[in-house]
Amino acid sequence: MTELQRQQTERPELRKSAHSIRPFRVNFPDSDLTELRRRIAATRWPERETVADPSQGVQLATVQALARYWATDYDWRKCEARLNALPHFITEIDGLDIHFIHVRSKHEHALPMIVTHGWPGSVVEQLKIVDPLTNPTEHEASASDAFHLVIPSMPGYGFSGKPATPGWGPERIARAWAELMKRLGYTKFVAQGGDWGAVITDQMGVQAPPELVGIHTNMAGAVPPDIDKAAFTGAPEPSGLSADEKHAYEHLAFFYKHGLGYALEMGNRPQTLYGIADSPVGLAAWIIDHDIWSYELITRVFDGKSEGLSRDDILDNITLYWLTNTAVSSARLYWENKLAFFAPKNVAIPAAVSSFPDDIDAPSRSWAEHAYPKLIYYKRHDKGGHFAAWEQPGLLVPDIRAAFKSLR
Amino acid sequence: MTRHLGRVLAVAGAFLAALGFGQSVTPSQEAKIRPFRIHVPQADLDDLRRRIAATRWPDKETVADASQGAQLAKLHELVGYWGTGYDWRKVEAKLNALPQFMTTIDGVDIHFIHVRSRHKNALPVIVTHGWPGSIIEQLKIIGPLTDPTAHGGSAEEAFDVVIPSIPGYGFSGKPTGTGWDPDHIARAWAELMKRLGYTHYVAQGGDWGTPISSAMARQGAEGLAGIHINLPATIPPEVAPALAGGPLPPGLTDKERAVIESLMAYNKGGNSAYFTILTARPQTVGYGATDSPAGLAAWVLVHPGFAHWSYGADPNQSPTKDDVLDNITLYWLTNTAASAGRLYWENGPRGSVIVAAAQKTSEISMPVAITVFPDDVYRAPESWARRAYKNLVYFHEVDRGGHFAAWEQPELFAAELRAAFKSLR
Repeated sequence: MTELQRQQTERPELRKSAHSIRPFRVNFPDSDLTELRRRIAATRWPERETVADPSQGVQLATVQALARYWATDYDWRKCEARLNALPHFITEIDGLDIHFIHVRSKHEHALPMIVTHGWPGSVVEQLKIVDPLTNPTEHEASASDAFHLVIPSMPGYGFSGKPATPGWGPERIARAWAELMKRLGYTKFVAQGGDWGAVITDQMGVQAPPELVGIHTNMAGAVPPDIDKAAFTGAPEPSGLSADEKHAYEHLAFFYKHGLGYALEMGNRPQTLYGIADSPVGLAAWIIDHDIWSYELITRVFDGKSEGLSRDDILDNITLYWLTNTAVSSARLYWENKLAFFAPKNVAIPAAVSSFPDDIDAPSRSWAEHAYPKLIYYKRHDKGGHFAAWEQPGLLVPDIRAAFKSLR
Repeated sequence: MTRHLGRVLAVAGAFLAALGFGQSVTPSQEAKIRPFRIHVPQADLDDLRRRIAATRWPDKETVADASQGAQLAKLHELVGYWGTGYDWRKVEAKLNALPQFMTTIDGVDIHFIHVRSRHKNALPVIVTHGWPGSIIEQLKIIGPLTDPTAHGGSAEEAFDVVIPSIPGYGFSGKPTGTGWDPDHIARAWAELMKRLGYTHYVAQGGDWGTPISSAMARQGAEGLAGIHINLPATIPPEVAPALAGGPLPPGLTDKERAVIESLMAYNKGGNSAYFTILTARPQTVGYGATDSPAGLAAWVLVHPGFAHWSYGADPNQSPTKDDVLDNITLYWLTNTAASAGRLYWENGPRGSVIVAAAQKTSEISMPVAITVFPDDVYRAPESWARRAYKNLVYFHEVDRGGHFAAWEQPELFAAELRAAFKSLR
């Protein structure tokens, strides 16, 4: 029995729309993998940066260490097997194929949750939280903590279709996600996300379909607009900030000053990035330069240090972008977006926030309370960064369980 | 010297430096001016064609215009021609027909074209390109400037022309340390003109050529009599905040208001994004543009100066398809995508190249001449130009031409230089 058939047996309501939910497996031909290795080996390199730090961007030594491992010991088939151990599906929503992982808990009354990745992430970011959330009794939690998990690939990302016309901004993706959950027969669910996933999850909260009972985000849209503006314009630090807020302000101001370039480039001229569609190393460098704190972590990983991410984690994600040729289609989300990244979006439904110190945006409790009138949970961690589910699943999972306890 | 020999010497130099013999080059050796010729190995051209043929393309943009960047169909066609019909050897021959030299200044090899006029008392001018340009941009003005009688000018209007490649660009060396900002380049250009024996000369530049030429004037370079610039820094202090999203000041004339509103629209339309990322992360951008010819071509064409470029569809438009590919191929063959982008990083703390205060224009007391080309980034109003440059000796807004004025309108450009520098001979 296929996973789809099994789910249809358990969930009769799926049967009538069976034509629209198709099982999916990941299987790239060997020739794609051989071609990737060939390209990496044939990379034409620039000279090294003229500084001894990352202030000019991704350092030559870091990306060469990455490329060396990628072209030799790295094995995509391991990632493919991990992905294929999970039930994958594709369904068409609003004219576009949407890929998603759908893992149902064996526990009755599990709470359905849709988890959204961001850029430069993918479903690969979420793999470590699947078992702890769906199978809590094996992970120091109880059956009443269980979730049914839906992990979609955003339009233009991974195995989802690439929009051929404009309009797929966060608002439309949020509506598609509500449709996806309803199509799966879920009449009560929650949503979670970081990065674009946080923006989309916030939009689901704004749209507030009746089935959605609450949201949880990391990289929450909770920075007060005046603070956000001050950080953006490089104005002096506002007075009266707590230690946490001062830290958050400094991160945000640094990001706006030194780290916003890629977002502006993708927001304005995503199609110009032909180089990252054609060059694996160009793609890898572009991806690992997301924010300086993640970059420094990744550099340490390729220096042989043990961190929240492994070399394979990093390359699984980059290889997924490469094999699906989604460098440019994923970048277009920035072009589509008209929303502020970090500002509150007027979410009136119950909301929960996890704040990680090495993220671009680490909102304080008071900011979160102000941004979300129905803040049901807030946790500030003393470690962890932008890719919380990937780097710190052991911190994020308990947050998610605790956040939604009252909504079950 | 052939490029091959240059490479051998460069390798030997690096070897000696590694052994600690870096000091063995004496100042007199460094000051030597060596003849230079280009000969790109056939293997490099074959490799380029092979890479072009193997290009992996993204999907098409989701709009029917260039608002997401270089459009797939147009770029695909251009790159297709690059990989099949285009012939680098033609421009190589054209360049080698000009006298080219190399000299080492402050440890970096500086490549330059040097064409003397046959006319006596020609005025020496050093012309500086910008990004994403090169000496290729300036080739069409050499004839009109050095040989004015063949181009509607008189013998008294002749120039001796020096056209250097900026450090990190074209055949010049790539700095391996920091500090090669426009001010440093300006000092190097003064040294270059001194080595050539020029005691009375002028300087010209658009794009990065403007801050570099302006810095020469600000520094009061010995022998420099004045400058002509075509991307002047005239935005006054009370208007500059509007560029960062602040309010417009009261009291602007209609013309000034139109200029700043058009600049705000330019920024809002995403035209400054490349500037932001090159300033912040030139190395990151460099990897894809170094490894992918199509990626490099698209990145060069991201410059708003190409917004009205027809990709060769209009055969009467300059630059032609071959002109633009000459320039892109020069970047490719010299592997300068990353090193050229670094100039933005070097300029970083100084900020905008069109804001008067950022460029310290008030410190320039030397004669300044400006030509405004209507399709450039902005049309500097004369009122602002007079405030920014206290010794403005020439101001003229012409009726055609854009950011790459020397490339697009060489005859008009040369006529402007003749008129602008008449009083400084």
